[in-house]
Amino acid sequence: MLSTNDLRVSYGMSEVIHGVSLNVGENETLTIMGRNGMGKTTLFKSLIGVLPSQGRITLGDEDLSSTQPYQRVQKGIAYVPQGRLVFPTLTVEENIATGLEATGAKKIPTDIYDLFPVLHDMRHRKAGNLSGGQQQQLAIGRALAADPKVLLLDEPTEGIQPSIIKQLAKNLNEIKQMRKISIVVSEQVLSFAMAVADRVMVIEKGAIVHEEDGKTANQEEIARYLAV
Amino acid sequence: MGGYTGEELTAIFLMQGFSGLSLFCVFLLMALGLAIIFGQMGVINMAHGEFLTLGAYITYLTSYLASDVWPFLLDYYFPVAIILAFLGTFILGYLVERFLIRFLYNRPLDTLLATWGLGLILQQIFRSVFGPREKSVVMPDWLMGSYQATDMVDIPLNGLMVVGITILLTIGVFILLYKSRWGIKVRATTQNRTMANAAGINTDRVDRLTFALGCGIAGVAGAAFTTIASTGPTTGSLYIVDTFLVVVFGGAASLLGTVASAFGIAQAQSILSFFLSGSMAKVITLMTVVIILMFRPQGLFASKVRR
Ligand SMILES: Nc1ncnc2c1ncn2[C@@H]1O[C@H](COP(=O)(O)OP(=O)(O)OP(=O)(O)O)[C@@H](O)[C@H]1O
Ligand SMILES: [Mg+2]
Repeated sequence: MLSTNDLRVSYGMSEVIHGVSLNVGENETLTIMGRNGMGKTTLFKSLIGVLPSQGRITLGDEDLSSTQPYQRVQKGIAYVPQGRLVFPTLTVEENIATGLEATGAKKIPTDIYDLFPVLHDMRHRKAGNLSGGQQQQLAIGRALAADPKVLLLDEPTEGIQPSIIKQLAKNLNEIKQMRKISIVVSEQVLSFAMAVADRVMVIEKGAIVHEEDGKTANQEEIARYLAV
Repeated sequence: MGGYTGEELTAIFLMQGFSGLSLFCVFLLMALGLAIIFGQMGVINMAHGEFLTLGAYITYLTSYLASDVWPFLLDYYFPVAIILAFLGTFILGYLVERFLIRFLYNRPLDTLLATWGLGLILQQIFRSVFGPREKSVVMPDWLMGSYQATDMVDIPLNGLMVVGITILLTIGVFILLYKSRWGIKVRATTQNRTMANAAGINTDRVDRLTFALGCGIAGVAGAAFTTIASTGPTTGSLYIVDTFLVVVFGGAASLLGTVASAFGIAQAQSILSFFLSGSMAKVITLMTVVIILMFRPQGLFASKVRR
């Protein structure tokens, strides 16, 4: 589905992502693990197009390298950023509706509210007044409204308590089942990663240093990469 | 305020209040346009006054056509003029965004200078085309009279018309911003441009239309303006400072604040200027606004939400 070839991203003169090549299969969950500052967010931002990059990014047969973020969303990539970034003074319903722009659909797909009933209960509240966990659900709902083929989530567990993290892992698996889509998720919480991953990659200093199958992954080895 | 009886004072307040209302309408329409442009793209449009002037000249041209060329249209030209004024300024605004402002995003000083320069250019064009003398429109009969509320209180019909247009337009903008899909796009972009784009919104297009809409509203303000005064090349620039004041005082992100602050500033100026000189009235209004802003830098109304 989504592939990159020799992707390089720089802030000014300093290159932060050094030639990452990856490929996400259809209906596959790829988990990218790495410690703070290893380049996860930078990688995700370049995938959605918020940051310019060198190298190729393709979705199916389409080259996305020189397109704007909203065009990538129209083509089928949706993005849940680190820190959620919901629109605080828009209501929950309006936040989800921003995702509809990509498809031109009029109505919010009902499966979003089935997945996150709390969003339905709070649909007329201002998003800025939701709790962190609720905002995370909203950000995912907004992304799903764009009817993506590939869903990108940057550290969805950040600042969320363990029991809710478990729930979130279940939600992601449900989404994959329900929508038959691919998911790329960056993570530092090993248990969460193991609960969702079909494949695990480890990123260090802007390069992929390790890759293995999610179901049979050697957790100790990955944990060693994550330890400081 | 000595020398006036209570009844006279009431009449003065009412009539000055009403002429303040016309001023309020021009302020409000100007400020609405300026505020949505600023809120949306952080661009301070120094040429905003010239869009008012353009709208006023378009109205003048329409009235000229109606009175000299097709006299039977005189009674009906005004609604047509409003639409033409809107369209003319909307199109110019669209082009300005497309060919000038777009290249200057994230460079506030440059946009300030560029739009200021644009304002000067437009003023010169107006001067060359229409001449330096002020032009007044020929008003249809039905707009000329006045409504005599009591013996002492006269309310001009054209003023009522302006108030009517302003109310309609304000409600229209409100509905557009808060009840339409387009409004969701505008507000999302206003809050976080990058994220709005990454959520699937074509923010460039939203920018272009918002800028054009803001200019179009200024054009309608110009049409309304012709019913209360005559139009010269620098007419709009006389209002730009007051309009900035209205926007800042109201809190740039709040429509309700813009309405309240336009009302307060226009009324204060109008009523005070009856008793003091016009410039004293301005000074007092300005001082009050500055003092209030010292205590409430976010403006009168700011939205209450965690950020
Ligand atoms: N705007 C920026 N300008 C310059 N350098 C930056 C910028 N943003 C990030 N960096 C640097 O790029 C590197 C990767 O940062 P990035 O945010 O991608 O890491 P991350 O893996 O997402 O970390 P975290 O787990 O803390 O979110 C870091 O060294 C960081 O200092
Ligand atoms: Mg990060």
